[in-house]
Amino acid sequence: MVSGGVSKFVKARPDATFQKMVKEAFDYALGDVPRLKTDRIDGSVGSYFSDHFTRQLMAGIMATDYLGLCPKPNKRVEGGGATGGLCFQTAWESVASGRMNCCVAFGFETMSRVQTWKGNEFIALASDVNFDYPVGGFYSGYYAMMVNRHIHEFGTTLEQMAMVSVKNHGNACFNPYAQKRKRITIQDVRNAEMVAYPLTLLDICVMSDGAAVCILADEETAFQLTDKPVRITGVGTGTDMMRMADRPRGKVILAPNEKESDYRNLTYPGVHSFRAGRSAALQAYRMGGIKDPLREIDFVELHDAYTSSEIQTYEDLALCRYGEGGRFIEEGHPFLPRIDYGMKLKKKGTIPVNPSGGLIACGHPVGATGLMQAVFAFWQIQGTIRRHFGSGELQLQKAERGLIHSHAGTGTYVTVSILERGW
Amino acid sequence: MAKPTAQHRDARLEEVMTGTTVFNVPFPADLSTLKGMSPLVIRFPYSVEYVHSYGQDSPFFAGLANRKLLGTRCAPCRYTYATPRLHCPACGRETDWTELPQEGRVHTFTTCYYGSEEFLKETPFHLILVEFDGVDTLLLARLIGVAGPEEIRIDMKVRAKFRRNSQLKTTDVYFVPT
Repeated sequence: MVSGGVSKFVKARPDATFQKMVKEAFDYALGDVPRLKTDRIDGSVGSYFSDHFTRQLMAGIMATDYLGLCPKPNKRVEGGGATGGLCFQTAWESVASGRMNCCVAFGFETMSRVQTWKGNEFIALASDVNFDYPVGGFYSGYYAMMVNRHIHEFGTTLEQMAMVSVKNHGNACFNPYAQKRKRITIQDVRNAEMVAYPLTLLDICVMSDGAAVCILADEETAFQLTDKPVRITGVGTGTDMMRMADRPRGKVILAPNEKESDYRNLTYPGVHSFRAGRSAALQAYRMGGIKDPLREIDFVELHDAYTSSEIQTYEDLALCRYGEGGRFIEEGHPFLPRIDYGMKLKKKGTIPVNPSGGLIACGHPVGATGLMQAVFAFWQIQGTIRRHFGSGELQLQKAERGLIHSHAGTGTYVTVSILERGW
Repeated sequence: MAKPTAQHRDARLEEVMTGTTVFNVPFPADLSTLKGMSPLVIRFPYSVEYVHSYGQDSPFFAGLANRKLLGTRCAPCRYTYATPRLHCPACGRETDWTELPQEGRVHTFTTCYYGSEEFLKETPFHLILVEFDGVDTLLLARLIGVAGPEEIRIDMKVRAKFRRNSQLKTTDVYFVPT
């Protein structure tokens, strides 16, 4: 990866069409690598989640032509909430296969074009329309059911979930790209309006308009364009049954740092865990040679559409054992070491998770989200957070290897990619 | 008076999709000022009627209309699907239709205070995943007859009820506490 750009995620961008938002992110990325002229770009991959939100078929080509990347190759990649992560990996495949020396990944979503509850309806159409959607299609409801089972199996608490919200909103105070930048408390989260028990308004990310761009190149091209390229050393993509009701109840897929006796009485994945996330992580770890993710990865940008899914994802990524996600946040591990969150944390900063503020604070314009995570991770590894954010509070001292995680449906598509210092 | 909290300060009216019809807009003589123009936002209704086929899932819905809860079973795998599928993903073979018990337990639950536009008027409503003895997968359904999440427990026993006038939708079956 040689560059990235984000068109800030906001509630609504009536002043711009999706092409213009993509162009903003693209121009930012080009501006960061002045040696890259567009004639060196061999093609692009575009991602947006919903034709309903965009109300424009073949929107991908409209962004491509706006960027001036015709007549080069382009295609659209789509996979629900993981659309951005899949787009990133498809651009990686384009370069890794040798088809392109330099490939642009762009993603966007324009969700403000409908009212929030109609938007929730569009999103809920990503559940089986024969059996699931008509019962009361609502993703916050689906995640609420999953975390209620997680609570039942493992004793996870509502306060532990709220801590994720406190952390991510708190980190966002120092990220000018975040839209919800505020210091909040566990009580604020629990007192916020109930959406689907036990998830409140502050446990859930917001629909947004926005775009993001990543530029990927092969090693030789990368070093011609920048002195600080970031190497993609592992990719993994997992899937699971569309219907939560169909998830099997079998044995845990073990990470290298786990053994079968850790999980004697646990049926897996059930509806409490994401088998796709575990599968994606293990593929990426195998490819990247990672045996002990907690110690070998410096930070994580993961798909916190819900506070609960951040906790579930700690476990899928084997940052802790299944069932220990709640305690993992309670002890402080995923917080940033140098930021004051207004609470006492015993083991603060073992592995910062969502230093950017994540989806909960930045927003979730679906097709752009996974690429935004890649851009923030790229800047962390380059050590350029101060330049891009205007202040350095979120720059981690050790950020040589990061993990990005993009997640769809009720855990239906999940991508995990490992990014490392490449120079 | 209590000090306003973040919740008070964040309060806002919900945006509505209605607006004013405008037949003309002001326009500057100097075109160089056009880039500073406010965006024009128009209303764009979109509705469509589908002829939706349940295809191979159809017997499930015919079953509900006849007060039967049907799943499918893969005999070689000894695996029963509460939400039916005509092919077993484990072995690839065709499954057989089988009648499910009409009593089960709450595997997990939630109460939705908001929802998609289509279901907003029904809030609050309760969603459960039902587990049945001897059945390997679950069924998503509504639970009625409870006031709120405090009256729902995992493992609580529930019983299926059916609409007398079938809508040929999966909501023709719903559950109540036993």
